[in-house]
Amino acid sequence: MVRGLGRAGIAAIHHTGRGGMFLVSLVGGMGMMVRRPRLLVQQIYAVGVMTLPIILVAGLFVGMMLGLQGFNTLVGFGAESSLGMAVGLFLTRELGPVLTALLFAGRAGSALTAEIGLMRATQQLDAMEMMAVDPLPRVVVPRFLAGVIVMPLLAALFSVVGLFGGYLVGAVLLGVDGGTFWSSMHEGVDVVHDVLAGVFKSLVFGFVVTWVAVFEGYSAIPTTDGVSRATTRAVVTGSLAVLGLDYVLTAIMFSEV
Amino acid sequence: MTLQAKETLVGVFILSGLAALVWLTLFVGNWAALTGGAGYRVTAKFENIGGLTVKSPVTLAGVTIGRVSSISSDREDYSAIVTLSIDQNYNNLPADSTAAILTAGLLGAQYIGVVPGAEVDYLKEGDSIYITQSALVLEQLIGELLFSRAGAQ
Repeated sequence: MVRGLGRAGIAAIHHTGRGGMFLVSLVGGMGMMVRRPRLLVQQIYAVGVMTLPIILVAGLFVGMMLGLQGFNTLVGFGAESSLGMAVGLFLTRELGPVLTALLFAGRAGSALTAEIGLMRATQQLDAMEMMAVDPLPRVVVPRFLAGVIVMPLLAALFSVVGLFGGYLVGAVLLGVDGGTFWSSMHEGVDVVHDVLAGVFKSLVFGFVVTWVAVFEGYSAIPTTDGVSRATTRAVVTGSLAVLGLDYVLTAIMFSEV
Repeated sequence: MTLQAKETLVGVFILSGLAALVWLTLFVGNWAALTGGAGYRVTAKFENIGGLTVKSPVTLAGVTIGRVSSISSDREDYSAIVTLSIDQNYNNLPADSTAAILTAGLLGAQYIGVVPGAEVDYLKEGDSIYITQSALVLEQLIGELLFSRAGAQ
């Protein structure tokens, strides 16, 4: 039992170390993107544009939920005029970056892992190597970069749609004054501490989720079973990493107030 | 789908994402509070600032004209020194204006209300507001009320 535990521990450390090495070689392959920007555009389409519908729908519902919950809680204190601030802070600080990252891990991260894993399993990557084409800058780097670029944009769109959802429920359905809604948001949300901190968070999340996804795909065992397990692991590890990092980043960024 | 159409969609996506970011920073976030450096600074001493915090608004007749930029404590007379950053558009406040810490609503956030004086000179960078009124601390008021009741009986 102890031996098994030790073996699992060493394997986990080994896996992490390989992930780190993989990241270094990814950064090394970035130069390719300057010469072949088209590859990047294609991946932004696959990773970003295809994820957009879920992000928008989820953002709208989350914003509406926030509007309703916030209203029901705040009305108890007679403070429903602060609804705009509550919705704005929730979305820009936390829910925008975190929920987008979780959805992104489920929608785009899993697809990346499965795609790269299948390329490995069907020996497409080996074929590229045979043709003296390094698959890392050709296949993996564009996907990785696209993920990092796309995440902050998706999170911002999520927040914006969420704000309108909150406005819809709070102001249109429940009768908080529309002007009060926007002005309390304007009053309470700070550019650096809330909006830019949220953008920074989403950048970090995008980085981690895509890194985990492409690494799991690239290092997948080239069998049907291996690819399916790699996909599961990519989503689980990515999501957990997002939630853990969210706590750490929040503690660092919002601590001094 | 053709490559051309994909590229167009990517362009639309990136532009709308950037537009969302800009909207969040400019409209939702309080950009004016960030660029408050354009105004001038005056200080005011208060005996007690209650729940006043940095970035609390400074108002003139209810209109927000600036924000509290820093709060510190005086080493000598143990009073609170509040630095107000006032927008350059309102540089015509008389030098003997007074400042009071007021509360929005019964239990709301505290802010500084400036009442203009009658002097010909205007407040400028680095000046002090001498006549101030401290925050009303609800607990103290209740305490005083209770004591005066007890004394009357």
